[in-house]
Amino acid sequence: MSLSVPSPTRAVPPLDRPGHRLDVAEPLALDSGVTLAPTTIAYQTYGRLNPGRSNAILICHALTGDQYVAEPHPITGKPGWWDTLVGPGKVLDTERYFLICANVLGGCMGSTGPADINPATGAPWGLSFPVITIADMVRAQKHLIDHLGIARLFCVIGGSMGGMQVLQWVASYPERVFAAVPIATAARHSAQNIAFHEVGRQAIMADPNWRDGNYQEHGLRPERGLAVARMAAHITYLSEQALHRKFGRNLQDRRGVSYGFDADFQVENYLRHQGESFVERFDANSYLYLSRACDYFDLAAEHGGILANAFRGAKTRFCVISFTSDWLYPTSESRAVVHALNAVAANVSFVEIATDKGHDAFLLEEPEFFATLTGFLEGSAEHLGLARA
Amino acid sequence: MSPDRHEAAPRQAAPIAIREDLRLVASMIDSGARVLDIGCGEGELLYYLAHERDVDGRGMELSQNGVNACVRHGLPVIQGDADNDLDAYPAGAFDYVVLSQTLPATRNPRKVMQNLVRIAHHAIVSFPNFGHWRIRLDLLLRGRMPMTALLSAPWYDTPNIHFCTIRDFLALCAEDGISVERSVTLDRLGRPFSLNPSGTLANLLAAQAIFQLARPGG
Repeated sequence: MSLSVPSPTRAVPPLDRPGHRLDVAEPLALDSGVTLAPTTIAYQTYGRLNPGRSNAILICHALTGDQYVAEPHPITGKPGWWDTLVGPGKVLDTERYFLICANVLGGCMGSTGPADINPATGAPWGLSFPVITIADMVRAQKHLIDHLGIARLFCVIGGSMGGMQVLQWVASYPERVFAAVPIATAARHSAQNIAFHEVGRQAIMADPNWRDGNYQEHGLRPERGLAVARMAAHITYLSEQALHRKFGRNLQDRRGVSYGFDADFQVENYLRHQGESFVERFDANSYLYLSRACDYFDLAAEHGGILANAFRGAKTRFCVISFTSDWLYPTSESRAVVHALNAVAANVSFVEIATDKGHDAFLLEEPEFFATLTGFLEGSAEHLGLARA
Repeated sequence: MSPDRHEAAPRQAAPIAIREDLRLVASMIDSGARVLDIGCGEGELLYYLAHERDVDGRGMELSQNGVNACVRHGLPVIQGDADNDLDAYPAGAFDYVVLSQTLPATRNPRKVMQNLVRIAHHAIVSFPNFGHWRIRLDLLLRGRMPMTALLSAPWYDTPNIHFCTIRDFLALCAEDGISVERSVTLDRLGRPFSLNPSGTLANLLAAQAIFQLARPGG
């Protein structure tokens, strides 16, 4: 499909998002105390559900991800964000597993979010959309899993904010998850994580086009603010080594510095490009809500301050994965999850993958990461008696 | 390790090959037990226990290569070490905990030992005997740090920082109220001796020892 890139002064036109949607009439009771109804969950599936309905893997996407895991993105046309991992014969083998990925609640790719029309007012929700949490996202996903008639997911997997959803899935519905793979994530957002998110939110709110969140009604988009938010966040997804290797102090199409504020350096040009291309596909208010959901995440706090209590009694097999150069969700955060799982004698594997690619490593082709995932899934499938395709 | 073990075909009758000292350790473990193998390397013992004795095994290993090899083979293993990652386990979490040839490499062997008998009903610990006559002779006659088959790295390159003799080990157990349930002493070629492990002769002739420990009432 072809789509024009929205101009800075035009609201995003309603898009026909390819894929499935589930309309849920049943009210969704949110952590904030608000009840949301009706809701829509937009999702994609890959592969086939087996007759025993035992081969389903739920993929949870990250903050700025979406359900287009392994197919060209409907807006950007770029390959799916986990295209390297998902497909026939790949680590998440579509010939063997039934893969599901739903746009999170509060998102902007078809699931109910702040850019949608509030049925009570007929106007876009904007900031009147209720604050949602990671647990709320998981509640919405459970509706989908129920709808698909899947009693127990073979695996729930995801990185970053997706990893938080994985942990929440086991905490909320342990009997529904046979295996869990939280990647490059944490059981709570650290002060540093919250700080970076706040910078992003303030950038959006400082954009004069934001209009207290009512930009849609004014036919505007706070693209500058959202782009700056993306630029700041993007730095946190990379490592110092990766940035240096990629750009060093190289200049952008020039022989010397311009003694001005153009993008003299390649790294500046790269970040500006990241910001500009991001605003094509993402809603600013959605960014506020989803970043807030991460900040509020603290699984231990929900369980009397003891993280282990979140997993007590769970029979789920875990594979916790972190990356050495990830300073946004450092290995110490994963290790805290592992220690909590050990405290309840859970079945857990934990691997720290050596890489200099930073937090983004979970989206990239890392042979040791892929080998670990393959081994874990094989072992889990064998335990479940899941036959090979 | 067999690469096609996920096939549904009946398991081959041929037993899995395993190092002699690990086979002895395995023989001390009941079928179907819950086992934690600390310093599990690439998972030889865990794999053997899972497939030959139907054990619910977990592993802990420091090296990334070791952990990755284990997870690749479907074994639940965490990256960690005996000094830092045992405190989180609750008392009696396992039937057996195995610490094979790793004790001298720990920072605080005493605390590690206390943790072992806390988290498991039985702790199986093997270590090279620094009281072996060849080691004593090396130091006495050559005046150099001993290097043997089990202690093959030079002093500046060895992970082992806390050597002990069988007697030292038993003295620590006695001091901390840890009881010895079973013991095997091995010669240089890994063959079991029939020596009283607490005797002078064992401390002189055994190249390594395997002890099964427990905390009384634990």
